[in-house]
Amino acid sequence: MIELHGVCVRFGATAAVRELSFAAGAGEWVALIGPNGAGKTSALRALAGLVSFEGAIALGGRDARRLGRREVARLVAFVPQKPETPHELTVGEYVLLGRTPYISPLGGERRSDREAAGRALRRLDLESFAERRLGSLSGGELQRTVLARALAQEAPVLLLDEPTTSLDLGRQQLVLELVDSLRGDGLTVVSTMHDLTLAGQFADRLLLLDQGAVAAEGSAAEVLSQGNLAAHYGANVRVLEEDGAVFVVPVRR
Amino acid sequence: MAAVDVVRRETVPCVAARGIGLRWGLATAAFLLAALLVGLAVGPAGIGAGAIVESTLSSLPFLHVHSPLDAFEHAVLWQVRAPRVALAALVGGMLAVSGSAYQGVFRNPLADPYLLGVAGGAGLGATLAIVYGVASTGSSAVVPLAAFGGAVAAVVVTYVLGRSAGAARTTGALVLAGVTVATFTAAVQTFVQQRHTDVLQNVYSWLLGGFTTSTWGDVAVAAPYIVGSSAVLVLHRRVLDVLSLGDDEAASLGVNVARTRLVIVVAATLGTAAAVAVSGLIAFVGIIVPHTIRLLVSTSYRAVVPLSLVVGAGFLVLTDVLARTVLSPAELPIGVVTAFFGAPFFAVVLRSSRTMR
Repeated sequence: MIELHGVCVRFGATAAVRELSFAAGAGEWVALIGPNGAGKTSALRALAGLVSFEGAIALGGRDARRLGRREVARLVAFVPQKPETPHELTVGEYVLLGRTPYISPLGGERRSDREAAGRALRRLDLESFAERRLGSLSGGELQRTVLARALAQEAPVLLLDEPTTSLDLGRQQLVLELVDSLRGDGLTVVSTMHDLTLAGQFADRLLLLDQGAVAAEGSAAEVLSQGNLAAHYGANVRVLEEDGAVFVVPVRR
Repeated sequence: MAAVDVVRRETVPCVAARGIGLRWGLATAAFLLAALLVGLAVGPAGIGAGAIVESTLSSLPFLHVHSPLDAFEHAVLWQVRAPRVALAALVGGMLAVSGSAYQGVFRNPLADPYLLGVAGGAGLGATLAIVYGVASTGSSAVVPLAAFGGAVAAVVVTYVLGRSAGAARTTGALVLAGVTVATFTAAVQTFVQQRHTDVLQNVYSWLLGGFTTSTWGDVAVAAPYIVGSSAVLVLHRRVLDVLSLGDDEAASLGVNVARTRLVIVVAATLGTAAAVAVSGLIAFVGIIVPHTIRLLVSTSYRAVVPLSLVVGAGFLVLTDVLARTVLSPAELPIGVVTAFFGAPFFAVVLRSSRTMR
């Protein structure tokens, strides 16, 4: 569904992403992990067409550079780490904004758009929230609403930048389970993740970035080694494995 | 119960955005109509509202309504009051609608139509025209032209300055560039005024704004810009909602943010410049009207933009009525009235509103 070949993102003289290459097929979940400033978010933003890049990105087999803004938006839905959620908008109105790539710039929503927004609300169990204002929602409800907006975009690729920040432990699992269930519909997910244990349990593959380049790639067991985490995060951890799941536990030095 | 559940599950739920709503649509339309009627009816020559309606209808074909007005009353109504009311409505609607658009495009609730230097540029243009132009040509017709040119030039300078300062943080840079241009034009304007204290009175009465000498000619000059600009802004009402999510998210939804912002700023600037050129600098309308609608109706630009147009028109017509009646036969500058009555009104709305936290 998506392919990156030698993608570089530069901000002036510094390269935030260097020679990044990877691919993700339909229904696959790739997690980008790495220390702060490793280039995870820049990589996502390049995929969403929000920053200029060198190298090649293919979306659904088509060169991303040759696609218009609206075409990219129909292929890729992007959920930023801190989405802007105007307090006074209702959940329904906010989710409808996700239909923008299908609505002519000066036009209004059609029936098909309202139905798509309705489907997205139902998919995330938010139907009863349609009239609620964003300002009245809890953190978990808000994150689901933002996901619903991305889902209303009906794009085959979903980019999530730290989808679980500011959620409690239970809500983090809930949101990730929700994202996981969406993959059943063939959705390709690329997310950045701080929580390595959760990243390892939910993503099919992990890409460990450090200073913009891929330092390790593979399954959780392959990437989340004590040595990798010490070398790239400067972290002192113990890695436990149980029933195929990997647990990263910080240890005080 | 089970059957009902099945039916419910199969129908796709339809989500709709709150628009203006029939209730507010009718209420604001009625407000504008009432304001127009009051504007036409109030004045030293007593012409009743009924006579105004009959006179209006008499000019329509096939209705066979006879106007009850004599020639003098007819002239007062249609050559003195009507152009003044029409111009106040156009200017009020324009200032309010461009205020709402500027607030959306800059995501700044305190943005007003003069944010990018329109006022400073128009003020300087008008001052130069009054000081040098009127004296040499003997005609005051150059003043609106100079004000319009000054306003547009100032915004162009602001835009170029803002763009050169940095593309990444364009809105912040633009606002600062606007402050820079406004400060500079104010300095030049003050300097010119100090050198020509003999025309200070004329300059100030222009700056404070008003419709004292409005004619159908002024309406004809300003209307094309105002109607065109307002139409562009109203068409962008949904995009303004998308922009409220921030530049990044709007771009990820397929919106060309820079181009959209430019189109909206150009439309708001041309309309505002035209309004200022024929009316002077009328403050407060561009902030107070959109915010009142946000507080009473909805914060969605789908409601704020079109309703600002309608309510702004009615608001300025009523304000102009006050400006010419409070100290009658003398006239108050309308800018003083908009601020004097607008500010407390805004405070009341702010206090009594349930939606503000």
